[in-house]
Amino acid sequence: MNSRLVIVNILRWFIVLLFQILLLRNLNYYNLANPFVYILFLLLLPFSTPNLLLYLIAFITGLTMDAFYDTLGVHTAACVTLVFVRILFISVSVSRDNFDEPEPTLGNMGFKWFLLYATLCTFAHHLVLFFLETFRITEFSYTLVRCLLSSVFTLFLLILIEFIFYSRKAR
Amino acid sequence: MRNLWIFLSRYNAFFFFIIFFTIGLFLTVKNNAYQRSVTVNSTNKVVGEVYTNLNVLKRYMSLGMVNDSLARENAKLKTNILQLQNIDTAKDVIVKDTLGVPQFTYLSARVVKNSITLRNNVITINKGTLDGIVAGMPVISPGSGIVGYIMDVSEHFATIRSLLHKATFISVNVKKNNAVGSLIWGEGNLDYRKAYIKDVPNHFKLQLGDTVVTSNFSSFPAGIPVGKVTNTGVSKGDNFKLIEISLINDFSTLQYVYVIKDKFAAEQKEIEAKIQNEQ
Repeated sequence: MNSRLVIVNILRWFIVLLFQILLLRNLNYYNLANPFVYILFLLLLPFSTPNLLLYLIAFITGLTMDAFYDTLGVHTAACVTLVFVRILFISVSVSRDNFDEPEPTLGNMGFKWFLLYATLCTFAHHLVLFFLETFRITEFSYTLVRCLLSSVFTLFLLILIEFIFYSRKAR
Repeated sequence: MRNLWIFLSRYNAFFFFIIFFTIGLFLTVKNNAYQRSVTVNSTNKVVGEVYTNLNVLKRYMSLGMVNDSLARENAKLKTNILQLQNIDTAKDVIVKDTLGVPQFTYLSARVVKNSITLRNNVITINKGTLDGIVAGMPVISPGSGIVGYIMDVSEHFATIRSLLHKATFISVNVKKNNAVGSLIWGEGNLDYRKAYIKDVPNHFKLQLGDTVVTSNFSSFPAGIPVGKVTNTGVSKGDNFKLIEISLINDFSTLQYVYVIKDKFAAEQKEIEAKIQNEQ
């Protein structure tokens, strides 16, 4: 079971990152909203992953995205923040002893839980991403608007992908 | 000591976050420095190759458009040659030959990766140190219009800090009356077709459609057209106004660029550094 999870996640890493670099990097909605759907990979890592490993994976994923986006450190910091929010949210909302589900997907956890989880993580990620990229107080309000609209765009795509690829299991 | 250990391991998520976030922040800040030793960007061999291979289809799709722009440029150059040939050499006996020392030479390069959607956009091209590219060289686009400055160079690739970047300032002037200002992009509007000229003195009268060209003070050759004035700006009580222009070149369809080698760049830099030392 464990080796299957590892292989699935490695495959998912490549697919999600290629999707982001090839297609979504060129998408832009009225110069305001850019989607960053590659965070789906970090959202769907198994519950049983140790914290240190989570952070290392987020760090490497962020660094890879930085290499392709030419923004050294920005995606790295954003991904690390996402993992922090993820750990906090899961420790509050899921009891530690009964992980009957291996992965926090929409089908496993239900729509309400997943929506809240994805919203919090996406917003934390985008907040760090946009403000580190701009790094200027004079453009604060414009950056905040971009950040909010991009979060909505990303979230929409995340939920859409989840609905397409993960059907609800019979419980 | 044991309590400390328990404390650290209980809140390990938070402490890991602090450590990794600090590393990320450190990389971001250090990235703004001029020199760096690690290349985690698109001049990296692996990343550059990936972008080169991925760009094949896009290049094929835009062949027609590139051909058109080349034909247009050829026509312009042919006209210039005709004008030079038609000089009546029987009348003007002394011919001044200025071709011996051209200050600027152009090097064409293909765009491997382009970006227009971010606050800080970076373009990657397929020429590097092996072709004599050095950081800081100006880059223009084939038809007309400016692209940016070379930022990072590896052996086979180079990145351009595009005009669409928060750290790019280019000295430009209005062709009509030489009003000098500095060209910036993206303060409150990330439209890749629009840019702003700030610090233009108030007393210059401008009209819609005035041509803006590079000035003598930038490292670009003087007189390269940049854009047309679309909003002459209103002064807000101080001595300078902000002008909105529409850029001539279209960043979204950029396929080839010219890197400009300035023969006297090093010499100029040396003499300017001397002045700073004396102050």
